Amino acid sequence: MIPATFDYRRADSVADALALLHEYGDEAKLLAGGHSLLPLMKLRLATPQMLVDVGRLGQLSYVRQEGDEVAIGALTRHRDLEVSEVARHSVPVLAHVAGQVGDPQVRHRGTIGGSIAHGDPASDLPAVVLALGGTLVVDGPGGRREIPSTEFFTGFLETAVRPDEMLVEIRVASTAGGWSFQKFNRRAQDWAIVGAVAVAAADGATRVSLVHMGATPLRAAATESALAGGATPAEAAAVAAEGLEPPSDANASREYRRHLAEVLVRRALEDVSLGHG
Amino acid sequence: MTVVREIDVEVRVNGAAYRCGVPPRLTLADFLRERCGLTGTHLGCEHGVCGACTVLLDGEAVRSCLVFAVQADGAEVTTVEGMAGPGDELSPVQAAFRDHHGLQCGFCTPGFVVSVTAFLRDHPDPTDEEIRQGLSGNLCRCTGYQGIIAAVRAAAGQHARRGREEPTAAHP
Repeated sequence: MIPATFDYRRADSVADALALLHEYGDEAKLLAGGHSLLPLMKLRLATPQMLVDVGRLGQLSYVRQEGDEVAIGALTRHRDLEVSEVARHSVPVLAHVAGQVGDPQVRHRGTIGGSIAHGDPASDLPAVVLALGGTLVVDGPGGRREIPSTEFFTGFLETAVRPDEMLVEIRVASTAGGWSFQKFNRRAQDWAIVGAVAVAAADGATRVSLVHMGATPLRAAATESALAGGATPAEAAAVAAEGLEPPSDANASREYRRHLAEVLVRRALEDVSLGHG
Repeated sequence: MTVVREIDVEVRVNGAAYRCGVPPRLTLADFLRERCGLTGTHLGCEHGVCGACTVLLDGEAVRSCLVFAVQADGAEVTTVEGMAGPGDELSPVQAAFRDHHGLQCGFCTPGFVVSVTAFLRDHPDPTDEEIRQGLSGNLCRCTGYQGIIAAVRAAAGQHARRGREEPTAAHP
Protein backbone atom coordinates (compact mmCIF):
# COMPACT_ATOMS: atom_id res chain seq x y z
CA MET A 1 0.00 0.00 0.00
CA ILE A 2 2.73 2.43 -1.00
CA PRO A 3 1.85 5.11 -3.57
CA ALA A 4 3.89 5.61 -6.71
CA THR A 5 6.60 8.24 -6.31
CA PHE A 6 5.64 11.87 -6.72
CA ASP A 7 7.04 15.29 -5.99
CA TYR A 8 5.49 17.65 -3.47
CA ARG A 9 5.05 21.40 -3.14
CA ARG A 10 3.24 23.23 -0.39
CA ALA A 11 1.20 26.22 -1.53
CA ASP A 12 1.28 29.30 0.69
CA SER A 13 -1.64 31.05 -1.00
CA VAL A 14 -4.33 30.44 -3.60
CA ALA A 15 -2.21 32.37 -6.11
CA ASP A 16 0.74 30.12 -5.29
CA ALA A 17 -1.41 27.00 -5.76
CA LEU A 18 -2.71 28.27 -9.11
CA ALA A 19 0.85 29.06 -10.26
CA LEU A 20 1.96 25.53 -9.36
CA LEU A 21 -1.05 24.04 -11.18
CA HIS A 22 -0.18 26.14 -14.22
CA GLU A 23 3.46 25.07 -14.04
CA TYR A 24 2.82 21.32 -13.72
CA GLY A 25 -0.42 21.04 -15.72
CA ASP A 26 -2.02 17.62 -15.96
CA GLU A 27 0.74 16.03 -13.84
CA ALA A 28 -0.38 17.93 -10.74
CA LYS A 29 -3.12 17.16 -8.28
CA LEU A 30 -4.30 19.31 -5.37
CA LEU A 31 -3.96 17.77 -1.91
CA ALA A 32 -6.32 19.05 0.78
CA GLY A 33 -7.22 16.58 3.56
CA GLY A 34 -6.17 13.72 1.29
CA HIS A 35 -8.87 11.34 2.45
CA SER A 36 -10.19 10.66 -1.04
CA LEU A 37 -6.84 11.03 -2.81
CA LEU A 38 -4.54 8.97 -0.58
CA PRO A 39 -6.59 5.76 -0.80
CA LEU A 40 -6.65 6.13 -4.61
CA MET A 41 -2.90 6.72 -4.68
CA LYS A 42 -2.23 3.73 -2.42
CA LEU A 43 -4.24 1.53 -4.78
CA ARG A 44 -2.35 3.24 -7.63
CA LEU A 45 -5.64 4.18 -9.24
CA ALA A 46 -4.22 7.71 -9.12
CA THR A 47 -0.53 8.35 -9.87
CA PRO A 48 -0.05 12.13 -9.90
CA GLN A 49 3.54 13.26 -10.55
CA MET A 50 3.16 16.35 -8.39
CA LEU A 51 1.05 16.99 -5.30
CA VAL A 52 0.28 20.62 -4.57
CA ASP A 53 -0.59 20.77 -0.87
CA VAL A 54 -3.28 23.35 -0.17
CA GLY A 55 -4.11 21.86 3.22
CA ARG A 56 -2.63 24.77 5.15
CA LEU A 57 -4.51 27.57 3.41
CA GLY A 58 -6.28 28.59 6.61
CA GLN A 59 -7.78 31.56 4.81
CA LEU A 60 -10.02 29.05 2.97
CA SER A 61 -11.37 27.53 6.19
CA TYR A 62 -14.49 29.46 7.19
CA VAL A 63 -18.29 29.34 7.39
CA ARG A 64 -19.75 32.82 6.97
CA GLN A 65 -23.25 34.25 6.69
CA GLU A 66 -23.37 36.64 3.72
CA GLY A 67 -26.88 38.04 3.38
CA ASP A 68 -29.28 35.19 2.54
CA GLU A 69 -26.38 32.89 1.71
CA VAL A 70 -23.82 30.93 3.64
CA ALA A 71 -20.29 30.87 2.21
CA ILE A 72 -18.07 27.93 3.12
CA GLY A 73 -14.35 27.96 2.41
CA ALA A 74 -13.22 24.94 0.41
CA LEU A 75 -10.65 23.94 3.05
CA THR A 76 -13.26 23.76 5.83
CA ARG A 77 -12.96 20.36 7.48
CA HIS A 78 -16.07 18.24 7.99
CA ARG A 79 -15.75 18.49 11.77
CA ASP A 80 -15.54 22.29 11.64
CA LEU A 81 -18.65 22.42 9.45
CA GLU A 82 -20.48 19.98 11.72
CA VAL A 83 -20.00 22.23 14.77
CA SER A 84 -20.22 25.61 12.99
CA GLU A 85 -22.87 27.77 14.68
CA VAL A 86 -23.53 29.57 11.38
CA ALA A 87 -24.11 26.30 9.53
CA ARG A 88 -26.24 24.82 12.31
CA HIS A 89 -28.43 27.91 12.34
CA SER A 90 -28.71 28.77 8.64
CA VAL A 91 -28.22 25.45 6.81
CA PRO A 92 -28.73 22.77 9.48
CA VAL A 93 -28.92 20.00 6.87
CA LEU A 94 -25.34 20.79 5.83
CA ALA A 95 -24.01 20.72 9.40
CA HIS A 96 -25.89 17.49 10.05
CA VAL A 97 -24.60 15.73 6.96
CA ALA A 98 -21.03 16.89 7.62
CA GLY A 99 -21.35 15.01 10.92
CA GLN A 100 -22.39 11.84 9.07
CA VAL A 101 -19.40 11.65 6.73
CA GLY A 102 -17.17 8.65 7.50
CA ASP A 103 -16.05 8.57 11.12
CA PRO A 104 -14.36 11.01 13.53
CA GLN A 105 -10.87 10.45 12.11
CA VAL A 106 -12.14 11.14 8.57
CA ARG A 107 -14.04 14.25 9.66
CA HIS A 108 -10.92 15.67 11.32
CA ARG A 109 -9.01 15.62 8.01
CA GLY A 110 -11.50 15.64 5.15
CA THR A 111 -12.59 18.96 3.66
CA ILE A 112 -15.83 19.99 1.95
CA GLY A 113 -13.92 21.31 -1.05
CA GLY A 114 -11.99 18.07 -1.41
CA SER A 115 -15.15 16.00 -1.17
CA ILE A 116 -16.95 18.08 -3.78
CA ALA A 117 -14.01 18.42 -6.16
CA HIS A 118 -13.54 14.64 -5.98
CA GLY A 119 -17.09 14.30 -7.32
CA ASP A 120 -17.73 10.83 -5.92
CA PRO A 121 -21.39 9.86 -6.47
CA ALA A 122 -21.22 7.89 -3.18
CA SER A 123 -20.25 10.94 -1.10
CA ASP A 124 -22.80 12.75 1.04
CA LEU A 125 -21.76 16.40 0.78
CA PRO A 126 -22.08 16.80 -3.01
CA ALA A 127 -25.69 15.60 -2.76
CA VAL A 128 -26.48 18.15 -0.03
CA VAL A 129 -25.00 20.99 -2.04
CA LEU A 130 -27.17 19.87 -4.98
CA ALA A 131 -30.32 19.76 -2.82
CA LEU A 132 -29.49 23.22 -1.49
CA GLY A 133 -29.19 24.54 -5.05
CA GLY A 134 -25.66 25.62 -4.21
CA THR A 135 -23.00 27.34 -6.27
CA LEU A 136 -19.34 26.36 -6.54
CA VAL A 137 -16.77 29.14 -6.81
CA VAL A 138 -13.54 28.25 -8.60
CA ASP A 139 -10.44 30.37 -9.05
CA GLY A 140 -8.11 30.11 -12.03
CA PRO A 141 -5.95 31.97 -14.52
CA GLY A 142 -9.00 33.86 -15.79
CA GLY A 143 -10.10 34.87 -12.27
CA ARG A 144 -13.01 33.58 -10.27
CA ARG A 145 -16.07 32.01 -11.83
CA GLU A 146 -19.23 30.55 -10.34
CA ILE A 147 -20.63 27.17 -11.40
CA PRO A 148 -24.18 26.11 -10.47
CA SER A 149 -24.10 22.77 -8.65
CA THR A 150 -26.38 21.29 -11.33
CA GLU A 151 -23.61 21.88 -13.91
CA PHE A 152 -20.67 20.97 -11.70
CA PHE A 153 -20.64 17.16 -11.74
CA THR A 154 -19.92 16.11 -15.29
CA GLY A 155 -19.06 12.39 -15.06
CA PHE A 156 -17.72 9.69 -12.77
CA LEU A 157 -15.18 11.52 -10.55
CA GLU A 158 -15.23 14.35 -13.09
CA THR A 159 -16.23 17.94 -12.51
CA ALA A 160 -16.35 21.24 -14.36
CA VAL A 161 -13.16 22.39 -12.59
CA ARG A 162 -10.38 22.71 -15.18
CA PRO A 163 -6.89 21.32 -14.50
CA ASP A 164 -5.53 24.83 -13.86
CA GLU A 165 -8.40 25.85 -11.56
CA MET A 166 -9.13 25.33 -7.88
CA LEU A 167 -12.41 25.13 -5.99
CA VAL A 168 -12.24 27.88 -3.36
CA GLU A 169 -15.75 28.37 -2.00
CA ILE A 170 -19.16 26.73 -1.71
CA ARG A 171 -22.21 29.00 -1.51
CA VAL A 172 -25.66 27.81 -0.44
CA ALA A 173 -28.89 29.65 0.37
CA SER A 174 -30.04 29.72 3.98
CA THR A 175 -33.01 27.45 4.65
CA ALA A 176 -35.87 27.99 7.06
CA GLY A 177 -38.06 24.96 6.30
CA GLY A 178 -37.84 21.23 6.79
CA TRP A 179 -35.03 19.00 5.60
CA SER A 180 -34.07 15.38 5.81
CA PHE A 181 -31.03 13.20 5.16
CA GLN A 182 -31.55 9.46 4.82
CA LYS A 183 -28.38 7.38 4.62
CA PHE A 184 -28.50 3.62 4.24
CA ASN A 185 -25.30 1.77 5.06
CA ARG A 186 -24.17 -1.28 6.97
CA ARG A 187 -21.47 0.24 9.17
CA ALA A 188 -21.28 3.77 10.53
CA GLN A 189 -18.07 4.61 8.67
CA ASP A 190 -19.13 3.32 5.25
CA TRP A 191 -20.25 5.25 2.22
CA ALA A 192 -24.00 5.25 1.68
CA ILE A 193 -25.27 2.28 -0.30
CA VAL A 194 -27.94 4.82 -1.23
CA GLY A 195 -28.68 8.19 0.36
CA ALA A 196 -31.39 10.79 -0.13
CA VAL A 197 -31.52 14.48 0.76
CA ALA A 198 -34.71 16.55 0.71
CA VAL A 199 -34.83 20.27 1.44
CA ALA A 200 -37.79 22.67 1.50
CA ALA A 201 -36.35 25.65 -0.35
CA ALA A 202 -37.21 29.29 0.32
CA ASP A 203 -39.10 29.51 -3.01
CA GLY A 204 -41.58 26.86 -1.82
CA ALA A 205 -40.17 24.05 -3.95
CA THR A 206 -38.81 20.84 -2.45
CA ARG A 207 -35.46 19.78 -3.86
CA VAL A 208 -34.36 16.16 -3.69
CA SER A 209 -30.95 14.67 -4.42
CA LEU A 210 -29.56 11.16 -4.33
CA VAL A 211 -26.31 9.57 -3.23
CA HIS A 212 -24.81 6.61 -5.12
CA MET A 213 -27.59 6.38 -7.71
CA GLY A 214 -25.57 7.04 -10.87
CA ALA A 215 -22.20 8.10 -12.23
CA THR A 216 -22.44 11.48 -10.49
CA PRO A 217 -24.15 12.98 -7.46
CA LEU A 218 -27.56 13.91 -8.87
CA ARG A 219 -30.97 15.50 -8.34
CA ALA A 220 -34.04 13.24 -8.35
CA ALA A 221 -35.54 15.03 -11.34
CA ALA A 222 -38.64 12.85 -11.70
CA THR A 223 -39.49 13.21 -8.02
CA GLU A 224 -39.00 16.97 -8.13
CA SER A 225 -41.28 17.43 -11.12
CA ALA A 226 -43.92 15.16 -9.59
CA LEU A 227 -43.86 17.30 -6.45
CA ALA A 228 -44.12 20.47 -8.54
CA GLY A 229 -47.20 18.92 -10.17
CA GLY A 230 -48.87 18.38 -6.80
CA ALA A 231 -47.97 14.74 -6.12
CA THR A 232 -48.04 13.41 -2.55
CA PRO A 233 -44.73 12.35 -0.96
CA ALA A 234 -45.57 8.69 -1.60
CA GLU A 235 -46.43 9.36 -5.27
CA ALA A 236 -43.30 11.46 -5.80
CA ALA A 237 -41.09 8.88 -4.08
CA ALA A 238 -42.41 6.09 -6.32
CA VAL A 239 -40.65 7.70 -9.31
CA ALA A 240 -37.38 8.50 -7.46
CA ALA A 241 -35.32 6.06 -9.53
CA GLU A 242 -36.96 6.90 -12.86
CA GLY A 243 -34.36 7.36 -15.59
CA LEU A 244 -31.48 6.50 -13.25
CA GLU A 245 -28.85 3.81 -13.80
CA PRO A 246 -27.32 3.12 -10.39
CA PRO A 247 -24.32 0.79 -10.13
CA SER A 248 -24.40 -2.85 -9.08
CA ASP A 249 -21.61 -3.81 -6.70
CA ALA A 250 -20.78 -6.07 -3.76
CA ASN A 251 -23.12 -4.11 -1.49
CA ALA A 252 -26.23 -3.89 -3.65
CA SER A 253 -27.64 -4.76 -7.04
CA ARG A 254 -28.98 -2.06 -9.33
CA GLU A 255 -32.54 -3.20 -8.59
CA TYR A 256 -31.98 -3.03 -4.85
CA ARG A 257 -30.55 0.49 -5.15
CA ARG A 258 -33.61 1.58 -7.12
CA HIS A 259 -35.82 0.14 -4.38
CA LEU A 260 -33.78 1.87 -1.68
CA ALA A 261 -34.04 5.20 -3.48
CA GLU A 262 -37.84 4.99 -3.48
CA VAL A 263 -38.00 4.08 0.21
CA LEU A 264 -35.44 6.66 1.34
CA VAL A 265 -36.97 9.47 -0.74
CA ARG A 266 -40.40 8.68 0.71
CA ARG A 267 -39.02 8.86 4.25
CA ALA A 268 -37.19 12.09 3.45
CA LEU A 269 -40.27 13.72 1.89
CA GLU A 270 -42.45 12.66 4.79
CA ASP A 271 -39.93 14.21 7.17
CA VAL A 272 -39.93 17.46 5.21
CA SER A 273 -43.74 17.60 4.94
CA LEU A 274 -43.93 17.23 8.73
CA GLY A 275 -41.54 20.16 9.03
CA HIS A 276 -38.74 18.07 10.47
CA GLY A 277 -35.25 19.39 10.44
CA MET B 1 9.41 9.24 -14.00
CA THR B 2 9.43 11.64 -11.10
CA VAL B 3 12.77 12.28 -9.49
CA VAL B 4 12.50 11.24 -5.86
CA ARG B 5 13.39 14.28 -3.83
CA GLU B 6 13.65 14.16 -0.07
CA ILE B 7 11.96 16.92 1.87
CA ASP B 8 13.11 18.03 5.30
CA VAL B 9 10.44 17.79 7.95
CA GLU B 10 10.36 18.42 11.66
CA VAL B 11 7.64 16.77 13.70
CA ARG B 12 7.29 16.88 17.48
CA VAL B 13 6.28 13.42 18.64
CA ASN B 14 5.31 12.92 22.29
CA GLY B 15 7.19 16.10 23.11
CA ALA B 16 10.45 15.23 21.32
CA ALA B 17 11.51 16.84 18.03
CA TYR B 18 12.33 14.52 15.11
CA ARG B 19 14.02 16.12 12.12
CA CYS B 20 14.85 14.27 8.92
CA GLY B 21 14.55 14.17 5.15
CA VAL B 22 11.67 12.06 3.87
CA PRO B 23 10.38 11.05 0.45
CA PRO B 24 6.98 12.70 -0.10
CA ARG B 25 5.24 9.34 -0.29
CA LEU B 26 6.29 8.29 3.22
CA THR B 27 3.17 8.16 5.37
CA LEU B 28 3.10 9.61 8.87
CA ALA B 29 2.54 6.04 10.14
CA ASP B 30 5.75 4.80 8.51
CA PHE B 31 7.57 7.94 9.67
CA LEU B 32 6.56 7.19 13.26
CA ARG B 33 7.43 3.49 13.06
CA GLU B 34 10.59 3.55 10.97
CA ARG B 35 12.13 6.98 11.49
CA CYS B 36 11.11 7.56 15.11
CA GLY B 37 11.22 3.89 16.17
CA LEU B 38 7.77 4.24 17.72
CA THR B 39 6.21 0.94 16.73
CA GLY B 40 3.23 1.26 19.08
CA THR B 41 1.30 2.79 16.18
CA HIS B 42 0.04 -0.24 14.30
CA LEU B 43 -0.84 -0.61 10.64
CA GLY B 44 -3.77 -2.87 9.88
CA CYS B 45 -5.52 -2.10 6.63
CA GLU B 46 -3.26 0.77 5.46
CA HIS B 47 -6.08 2.42 3.56
CA GLY B 48 -8.21 4.26 6.06
CA VAL B 49 -10.63 1.72 7.44
CA CYS B 50 -9.40 -0.06 10.58
CA GLY B 51 -8.19 2.88 12.67
CA ALA B 52 -5.30 0.92 14.26
CA CYS B 53 -2.88 3.68 13.17
CA THR B 54 -4.84 6.49 14.87
CA VAL B 55 -2.64 9.19 16.44
CA LEU B 56 -3.30 12.72 17.64
CA LEU B 57 -2.22 15.31 15.08
CA ASP B 58 -2.27 18.73 16.73
CA GLY B 59 -4.66 17.21 19.25
CA GLU B 60 -7.11 15.60 16.83
CA ALA B 61 -7.52 11.88 16.23
CA VAL B 62 -6.47 11.07 12.66
CA ARG B 63 -5.36 7.98 10.74
CA SER B 64 -1.60 8.22 10.29
CA CYS B 65 -1.79 5.88 7.27
CA LEU B 66 -3.78 8.56 5.40
CA VAL B 67 -1.45 11.45 6.14
CA PHE B 68 1.92 11.94 4.47
CA ALA B 69 4.77 12.84 6.81
CA VAL B 70 5.33 16.02 4.76
CA GLN B 71 1.80 17.11 5.68
CA ALA B 72 2.70 16.80 9.36
CA ASP B 73 5.77 19.05 9.07
CA GLY B 74 5.73 21.40 12.03
CA ALA B 75 2.92 19.55 13.77
CA GLU B 76 2.60 18.04 17.22
CA VAL B 77 1.91 14.30 17.20
CA THR B 78 0.93 12.13 20.15
CA THR B 79 1.13 8.35 19.79
CA VAL B 80 0.17 5.59 22.19
CA GLU B 81 3.70 5.81 23.59
CA GLY B 82 2.82 9.30 24.80
CA MET B 83 -0.22 8.21 26.80
CA ALA B 84 1.33 6.73 29.92
CA GLY B 85 2.09 8.93 32.91
CA PRO B 86 5.43 9.47 34.64
CA GLY B 87 7.13 6.22 35.56
CA ASP B 88 5.17 4.40 32.84
CA GLU B 89 2.03 4.45 34.96
CA LEU B 90 -0.93 3.51 32.73
CA SER B 91 -3.18 6.39 31.73
CA PRO B 92 -6.78 6.20 33.04
CA VAL B 93 -7.90 5.00 29.59
CA GLN B 94 -5.21 2.33 29.40
CA ALA B 95 -5.99 1.16 32.94
CA ALA B 96 -9.69 0.97 32.12
CA PHE B 97 -8.98 -1.15 29.03
CA ARG B 98 -7.00 -3.57 31.18
CA ASP B 99 -9.63 -3.66 33.93
CA HIS B 100 -12.60 -4.19 31.61
CA HIS B 101 -11.20 -6.62 29.05
CA GLY B 102 -11.11 -3.91 26.41
CA LEU B 103 -8.52 -5.91 24.50
CA GLN B 104 -7.60 -9.46 23.66
CA CYS B 105 -4.87 -9.73 21.01
CA GLY B 106 -4.08 -6.04 21.44
CA PHE B 107 -3.39 -5.20 17.81
CA CYS B 108 -6.13 -2.56 17.54
CA THR B 109 -5.59 -1.26 21.09
CA PRO B 110 -3.16 1.62 20.38
CA GLY B 111 -5.67 3.13 17.96
CA PHE B 112 -8.51 2.67 20.39
CA VAL B 113 -6.57 4.16 23.30
CA VAL B 114 -5.68 7.24 21.24
CA SER B 115 -9.25 7.64 19.90
CA VAL B 116 -10.78 7.22 23.36
CA THR B 117 -8.33 9.65 24.96
CA ALA B 118 -9.28 12.39 22.47
CA PHE B 119 -12.96 11.48 22.63
CA LEU B 120 -13.14 11.75 26.44
CA ARG B 121 -11.26 15.04 26.37
CA ASP B 122 -14.05 16.42 24.15
CA HIS B 123 -16.95 14.41 25.69
CA PRO B 124 -16.18 14.01 29.39
CA ASP B 125 -19.60 12.52 30.20
CA PRO B 126 -20.72 10.62 27.09
CA THR B 127 -23.81 8.51 26.54
CA ASP B 128 -23.37 4.96 25.24
CA GLU B 129 -24.58 6.14 21.83
CA GLU B 130 -21.96 8.89 21.78
CA ILE B 131 -19.28 6.35 22.77
CA ARG B 132 -20.29 4.08 19.89
CA GLN B 133 -20.31 6.98 17.42
CA GLY B 134 -16.99 8.23 18.79
CA LEU B 135 -15.35 4.85 18.19
CA SER B 136 -16.94 4.15 14.80
CA GLY B 137 -13.55 4.69 13.14
CA ASN B 138 -11.81 1.85 14.99
CA LEU B 139 -12.28 -1.85 14.30
CA CYS B 140 -11.65 -4.67 16.77
CA ARG B 141 -11.81 -8.31 15.73
CA CYS B 142 -11.51 -9.90 19.19
CA THR B 143 -13.64 -8.29 21.84
CA GLY B 144 -17.03 -7.80 20.25
CA TYR B 145 -16.65 -4.20 21.52
CA GLN B 146 -18.61 -4.67 24.77
CA GLY B 147 -15.48 -4.65 26.90
CA ILE B 148 -14.25 -1.57 25.06
CA ILE B 149 -17.52 0.30 25.67
CA ALA B 150 -17.32 -0.71 29.35
CA ALA B 151 -13.75 0.57 29.51
CA VAL B 152 -14.71 3.93 28.03
CA ARG B 153 -17.61 4.22 30.44
CA ALA B 154 -15.31 3.45 33.32
CA ALA B 155 -12.65 5.87 32.18
CA ALA B 156 -15.30 8.55 31.82
CA GLY B 157 -16.08 8.23 35.49
CA GLN B 158 -19.52 6.72 35.03
CA HIS B 159 -18.27 3.61 36.74
CA ALA B 160 -17.29 5.71 39.72
CA ARG B 161 -20.76 7.26 39.85
CA ARG B 162 -22.36 3.82 39.84
CA GLY B 163 -19.98 2.93 42.65
CA ARG B 164 -21.22 5.86 44.68
CA GLU B 165 -24.73 4.44 44.54
CA GLU B 166 -23.45 1.42 46.48
CA PRO B 167 -21.22 3.06 49.04
CA THR B 168 -18.77 1.01 51.02
CA ALA B 169 -17.73 1.86 54.52
CA ALA B 170 -14.08 1.43 53.71
CA HIS B 171 -13.73 4.80 51.99
CA PRO B 172 -12.22 7.42 54.26
